[in-house]
Amino acid sequence: MKTPVSLSQRVYELLSSMRFAVSLLTLLGIASIIGTVLKQNEPYTNYIVKFGQFWFEMFEMLGLLDVYHAAWFLVILLFLVISTTLCVIRNAPLMIKEWQVYKENATEKSLRLFSHQASVPAQQSPAILQEKLGAFLTSERYRFKTQQQGNGDMLIAAKLGTHQRLGYIFTHVAIVVICFGGLLDGNLPFKVQELLGLKKVETRDISSRKVPAESRLGVNNLSFRANMTLPEGERDNVAFVRVRDGYLVQDLPFTVALKDFRIEHYATGMPKSFESDIEITDPELTKPIAATIRVNHPYIYKGIAIYQSDFQDGGSQLKFKLWDLSAAKSDGFDIDGVILQKGSLGDGAQKMTVEFNEFRQFNILNLSPDGKGKPHNVGPNTTLKLRNASGQAREYVNYMQPLQLDGRAYFVSGMRETVQDEFKYLRIPADDEMEITGFMHLRQMLRNDQEIANIASQVAKQMPGDNASLKAQFEQSLQHLLLTFKQGGYSELSRIIESAVPKDQREQAAQTYLKLLNRAALQGYQMSRAQRQLPPAPENEATVAFVQDSLNAMNDLFFYGTPYYFQLKDYTLKQASGFQLTRSPGQNWVYLGSVMLVLGIFAMFYIKERRVWLLIKPAQQEVLLAMSSNRKNMDLDQDFARMQQQLASVLQTTPSA
Amino acid sequence: MNTSLSVKPTSFWQSLSKFDWIYAVLLLAGGIFSYQRYASFMDVYEVSFLFGAVALFSYMGWRWTAVARLVLGVAILSLLAVYSYQGDLANGSQRFLLKFLLASQSAVMWMNVLFVLAMLTYWLALFQKSAFTAKVASALTWAATLFGFVGLMVRWYESYLIAPDVGHIPISNLYEVFILFCLITSLLYLHYEKLFNTRQLGGFVLVVINAAVGFILWYTFDRHANEIQPLVPALQSYWMKIHVPANFIGYGSFSLAAMVAGAYLLAKRGVLASRLPALHVLDDLMYKAIAIGFAFFTIATILGAMWAAEAWGGYWSWDPKETWALIVWLNYAAWLHLRLMKGLRGSVLAWWALVGLLVTTFAFLGVNMFLSGLHSYGTL
Repeated sequence: MKTPVSLSQRVYELLSSMRFAVSLLTLLGIASIIGTVLKQNEPYTNYIVKFGQFWFEMFEMLGLLDVYHAAWFLVILLFLVISTTLCVIRNAPLMIKEWQVYKENATEKSLRLFSHQASVPAQQSPAILQEKLGAFLTSERYRFKTQQQGNGDMLIAAKLGTHQRLGYIFTHVAIVVICFGGLLDGNLPFKVQELLGLKKVETRDISSRKVPAESRLGVNNLSFRANMTLPEGERDNVAFVRVRDGYLVQDLPFTVALKDFRIEHYATGMPKSFESDIEITDPELTKPIAATIRVNHPYIYKGIAIYQSDFQDGGSQLKFKLWDLSAAKSDGFDIDGVILQKGSLGDGAQKMTVEFNEFRQFNILNLSPDGKGKPHNVGPNTTLKLRNASGQAREYVNYMQPLQLDGRAYFVSGMRETVQDEFKYLRIPADDEMEITGFMHLRQMLRNDQEIANIASQVAKQMPGDNASLKAQFEQSLQHLLLTFKQGGYSELSRIIESAVPKDQREQAAQTYLKLLNRAALQGYQMSRAQRQLPPAPENEATVAFVQDSLNAMNDLFFYGTPYYFQLKDYTLKQASGFQLTRSPGQNWVYLGSVMLVLGIFAMFYIKERRVWLLIKPAQQEVLLAMSSNRKNMDLDQDFARMQQQLASVLQTTPSA
Repeated sequence: MNTSLSVKPTSFWQSLSKFDWIYAVLLLAGGIFSYQRYASFMDVYEVSFLFGAVALFSYMGWRWTAVARLVLGVAILSLLAVYSYQGDLANGSQRFLLKFLLASQSAVMWMNVLFVLAMLTYWLALFQKSAFTAKVASALTWAATLFGFVGLMVRWYESYLIAPDVGHIPISNLYEVFILFCLITSLLYLHYEKLFNTRQLGGFVLVVINAAVGFILWYTFDRHANEIQPLVPALQSYWMKIHVPANFIGYGSFSLAAMVAGAYLLAKRGVLASRLPALHVLDDLMYKAIAIGFAFFTIATILGAMWAAEAWGGYWSWDPKETWALIVWLNYAAWLHLRLMKGLRGSVLAWWALVGLLVTTFAFLGVNMFLSGLHSYGTL
């Protein structure tokens, strides 16, 4: 009859079973995939935009936005630790016994049942045999024990490589140690305090000094991974820990000041190094510590490692020429902006705020048409947002220097309405002096009704022939064409064509209109140059292209969204360096576990465990050889065959004198 | 008294031949020379890697003479290339020897060609059941490996010719590590070829190597990714020199195991069964490959964690690459548990090893292609 098994016994059996362990490894692997597919710890709005409110809430509830810190994931890890621990507890005594014992009590009967056993004839006296076999085993690096058996037989029980058994214990304990280290560095204490209502994530955008104590982590916090951004010349003694859609403030036991931040570049324009000169002040120090932090070279003070993590603008001062695209006058005016600050434009219902968000001194872009050329630095750009009175904003990215695109130079400005969109780019052609002025004046000409009339009359005058009524008609339709374009660009033009021209002639009409428009614009350009006391532009391909590009840009401006073009003229760079500050008491545990893991793995794979029994049977004049291993591999067959052969040669009887 | 000859094995040091000693002395001399000349470029860790490499390759050469010959061959051809360059990169496209043989691009192309030929020859040998043809295939594989290593060594030198601050070990982007992958997988295969005394698996293993060759060709001709790029700041660390090779011993072994698993599954169904090694041999080889891969993959992941602790501020960030490394590790951990503890053998493990290759490939390539993260050095 079977003895009844208690429930706890059954649970223990399950948790410490191989099946359970392998299932857990597989489950953990699959669970880990989620976090690599779904971007983790993004701002919550990104998820809402991407997946919609319903799925966002679903994901959040399931903890999928931060899988690796979700309760259910930690439970899987916990089970892995329990399972591994129980495995060790269950198997270690056996392993240690296997490691120690020689199994010298094996009986002949049991040895005869081995798959690897053989009898070798041996005619010498037991004493000589014992000596010979002992020497043989020693030379093969076996350790052994000898046992006299009741029937006059002598058993030599030998073992080799039983340290392999320690490999099992090492690897499994290693996993527990690594998980323990990881747990020390996890945010479990905060989670517990949050559950108890002692701590709360701060979501408001307020100064760090105003963050209440319930959202602060003290200087004695055991473990953290926090970020700090310091503009050049400034100092701070707090860092921020990002949690879900908010943050916590981590108070530091010292103050960090950023003296200087440097980026060095390779000849290709790629960044070569990011370096921050910092100064640490601490009441416990008589004088501040100066240190330089680079990527791969953190500085550690009071158990807190400070890493170079990123950089951003720390409030660069920008000088713009602002072009009011709706104004009748064409000259831009100068305004200043400071990154991370705001300004306002216009008044009343047209009032707009401008937010200067970002400035980048170097932009490595690949502008070759086929994308196969070499990327190079195209100079600074700035990102700004224009927000109207009702709060709607458009984001613009403007390059300071003209970019070379398809062999021509353009002032480039990207526009988008939401963060999810790609930028749509406006290309304003640079004039022969690499300035934007040529375009702005031409545009002004083509927007002024009086000038439009002048242009039309000038072009008509240049018409060959002397049919006055034809010329007048031509002048009128040219004027109408220019006014239409002024009204709404190419789309207005095609609307007119569609309403007035039969379908089969539209293509041709459009061609003609565009040709005329270009001709008129060229005239306008020459006239605008004359007004600016500039010599006429040469009538060559470059000028034609410039005029064509100008018309395109004018057309695109209808979709630019706001009537302001910010032309970046000059800047004074002020950078901010981003640091990561970590205190991780678990690190050394993890490393200890890692070393054990590697030692254990090598012991398990590369120490071959072998047990050999040599039973000297004087009565039968033979030695019984049996060999076993805890792993039945091909090696065992080979080793057995080799040993059998060697033994035969060792025991070969020499004719006794 | 009768003392048998075979009882006392000679000690390790006694077993070394004259050639072994000359080889080791040459390596050490090379190490000292490099140290004297280039110590200013190295930190203390890199100096230890230099002499560690001398010890490692001495040992490997002693245990496996073919490796000693390979190392000497690589050294001679690389030095010849360095000499031909005369310190001027332009010579690479002018001097005959460099342009057609030893400049890194040329040497890598030779490697590609030789690997393709080796694969075809191995398959021919398998169908002909010809030992001679198989030997030729081995020789071609060795030659491909030789040219691959020469290509990497010369590329290392070329990178310093571009500019001293650009110079770095050529294992920093996908193009370079694919070459490394081919070489390591090939060496692992050649090792097993000798250990198991069988050349019948060459055709199978060379398939995965040639897949990598195909990638290198596409990457070179379509993407022009073969040009030497300077290192981004995050990669400027001595850790790269140990983390990356360890990782590729892992990837290489897992790929090799999967190819053997493929052979196993075919043989089990009677396909080519008479031409392939016995099933238990295939099974054992698959285990050995996964064991060595697992050991090195573990080391690589740990080294990666240590590097991450120095570069990114934490030894584990659940970055996609890290997470996929963990998934690969868990996969093979489960495999080894089933084999070692449960004693499972046969088709299930072979299928698992094949699926393992998919997981490994995703960790190696898929993460770079589809997921973004801190490891975005080799994008497609």
